[in-house]
Amino acid sequence: MPVILITDALIFVLIAVGIGFGLYAARHEHLRGPWRQVGRSPVGVAALVVIVFYVGVGLLDSLHFHPLIEPVAPAAPAASSAQADQSADEKTDAVAQPVAATSTSDQAMSGQDATADEQDSFAATPASVLAEPTYSTQIISVLDLWLSGLRERQEKTFSAPFATQLFVKEAIEQPDGSVIRGYPRLEHGGAHLDDPSQRGVDILLRGLFGLVKGLIAWTALMVTLIAVLAWRGRQSFNDRASAIWRGETETPWRVALSALALMLVLSFVAAELAASYHILGTDKVGEDVFYQSLKSIRTGLVIGTLTTLVMLPAAVILGIMAGYFGGRTDDVIQYLYTTLSSIPGVLLIAAAILMLQVYMTNNAEQFQSLVERADLRLLFLCIILGVTSWTGLCRLLRGESLKLREADYVQAARSLGVRSSTVIGRHILPNVLHIVMITVVLDFSGLVLAEAVLSYVNIGVDPTMNSWGNMINSARLELARDPVVWWSLAAAFVFMFTLVLAANLLADVVRDAFDPRLRSAS
Amino acid sequence: MSAYILRRLLYALPILVGVNLITFLLFFVVNSPDDMARMQLGDKRVTQEAIDTWKGEHGYDKPLLYNAEVGGLPSLTDTIFFEKSLKLFAFNFGQSDSGRDIGYDIRQRMWPSLAIAIPTLLVGLAISISYALMIVFFRATYIDFGSVVLLVAMMSISGLFYIIGGQFLIGKLFHLVPISGYDHGLEALKFLILPVVVGVVAGIGSSTRLYRTFFLEEINRDYVRTARAKGLRERAVLFRHVLRNALIPILTGVVAVLPLLFMGALIIESFFGVPGLGSYTIDAINRQDFSIVRAMVFLGSVLYIIGLIMTDISYTLVDPRVRLS
Repeated sequence: MPVILITDALIFVLIAVGIGFGLYAARHEHLRGPWRQVGRSPVGVAALVVIVFYVGVGLLDSLHFHPLIEPVAPAAPAASSAQADQSADEKTDAVAQPVAATSTSDQAMSGQDATADEQDSFAATPASVLAEPTYSTQIISVLDLWLSGLRERQEKTFSAPFATQLFVKEAIEQPDGSVIRGYPRLEHGGAHLDDPSQRGVDILLRGLFGLVKGLIAWTALMVTLIAVLAWRGRQSFNDRASAIWRGETETPWRVALSALALMLVLSFVAAELAASYHILGTDKVGEDVFYQSLKSIRTGLVIGTLTTLVMLPAAVILGIMAGYFGGRTDDVIQYLYTTLSSIPGVLLIAAAILMLQVYMTNNAEQFQSLVERADLRLLFLCIILGVTSWTGLCRLLRGESLKLREADYVQAARSLGVRSSTVIGRHILPNVLHIVMITVVLDFSGLVLAEAVLSYVNIGVDPTMNSWGNMINSARLELARDPVVWWSLAAAFVFMFTLVLAANLLADVVRDAFDPRLRSAS
Repeated sequence: MSAYILRRLLYALPILVGVNLITFLLFFVVNSPDDMARMQLGDKRVTQEAIDTWKGEHGYDKPLLYNAEVGGLPSLTDTIFFEKSLKLFAFNFGQSDSGRDIGYDIRQRMWPSLAIAIPTLLVGLAISISYALMIVFFRATYIDFGSVVLLVAMMSISGLFYIIGGQFLIGKLFHLVPISGYDHGLEALKFLILPVVVGVVAGIGSSTRLYRTFFLEEINRDYVRTARAKGLRERAVLFRHVLRNALIPILTGVVAVLPLLFMGALIIESFFGVPGLGSYTIDAINRQDFSIVRAMVFLGSVLYIIGLIMTDISYTLVDPRVRLS
């Protein structure tokens, strides 16, 4: 049963706005030109490919639903192997007959009773299970479903990347009954290996297999792309391919394809290895760090984009109004943004988040689940970040519309009696769009970085939500251990750095393309 | 000039009232004075009597914004908001909710903040300007390209990683300086090195890149072409002409942040356990000590406005073409 969280809905709105804007930009040369210039820049194209991968993961993670509880209890992650086998058998029965007949219901109910003890997290009663499909109260996303292997394979506590043994010593019971202290084998990581010393060869083989799979996928994509390009350019396939190979195309397809190859191979190798190892280790409660990093992508993207979406209307409308109307309106709007920007941003965010926390503890009954609560907090964080960051854009737009108001074509329109709203919509707004676009792209990386810092001082996203800031926050104390638990920090670092670097590089290219001053200088 | 400054300072008054109103509303929109009293008294089962005494002692026993019981002007002045805000404008911060003198605390904690902020600013400025100048000297070579890539990469690393990495490498691995803490007098020096180094490194990326664009903007000007045409060497052109002109936007940018140095770096201070104003504020937020937070917000806004005025003045000082009106 699908669930649409508030941020999900806003993400869809954002996509709609993006598509609408894309169509608008495609029909207007002054916007299409700079974007084409972005498309011709090798750095811009490579950054775009990386960002597309991130956005893909983020979007998959934004499709939430209540999972269907199968008539017979699904295998609990903690169930011992014997019971897991039993319930797996029954599950296949139940899948074969989705609408359970009464004859099997007794059998299923007995199975339910047998496993009911471990099933306290699933509130469904056997009677309602058989009447109609029931849904878990848990909310998961399509990404969770896709990565359910990673999500469910929990260890006891820390384990290093690619480890086959736990990171901490425990008392292990030997087959002969004696107890020794040592590093126990992991329940899932490398569990298929009989002898942990074969690990290197196994990793190499699996990695190579992933590499080959990635290359096959890449070749398929590349052939399709070249075929489409050749068909559109009315060239032969070979001509097109060799032009791309020699880097003679206007759009740097060679760079794009190389970046694509890198990302595809990396993801396929990671996927192949993650199926049998914890490739980035596990954290304190034994959760897979790779899974956490992937889940954090959505949080980072939501903060980076929704904040802008939230603040954009206010900044654009007020900024243009202040510049265009001047006088009293200008005074009021200037007063508003000077006041807001003179409050230290961190303090404003901290105060607002604290207030939200107080509100949430006082009105706990309003929130049906932890996920919804965390989601609301995320949205609130976006709004408050937007409140602190819209002033810069507003000031820029005010200055620009002050200039535009004196332009001849605006004066002409006004003297002909065109209404102010029409003048703004038709003459002012299109001419400040490039400023809006530069700001949006430039702000993104700063916001992603800000999320980490805010979560670190506990005024960021909900502690239960996966985010890079929370990962860093929980991992930093473990640096005091000896030997050091470094992998959570490293994972957060790599994922965050890649996204922010790509965003920064893209922002540079976009700014160069849209800023007329720079264009004339170069 | 003095008329201009006076007018700007008068403009600041309504802004500060607005700032106060916003912080006030943020705190009390969900949090009643009763809740605050309960929080400070630290017990779930406090009697209403105890709450009332606490409120009386700390001046929270009046209506929040509007006193309907007394008519006329006192209906606005006989409120928590008015009483608490008026004292701020005289920089009389009063007592914190836990009973300490805020003004005294601020004067005490100002020095550690400055001891970190000023060296960070100066060293950072020196390094960024020289690096940017070097990049411009080697412009359009591989040094230029590589440096820009390096700077963008440095910008893309979260400040948290600089702090964690610095603590881990210098403090834990090499045992050069203590990881965190503070001491008075000259002893403080060894505690200051690490925060300053981390602060400088974290800032190099964005500031050097910004200064590089300032330099590049100047280098295309006519006077530079003239200087080259009359046969000056590249070094003389850079140092005597480009540097001096590019310093205008750099220094005016620095002037704007000068007053805010008092506020301390929130994150760095709380990470390194420096008893400055930044960690003071964060502690106050976590303790929900409204008086301190409001005092710090007020102080921050005043300093921000002073920074804006100082920027305008410094523009007229360095560039005679700019007139204040």
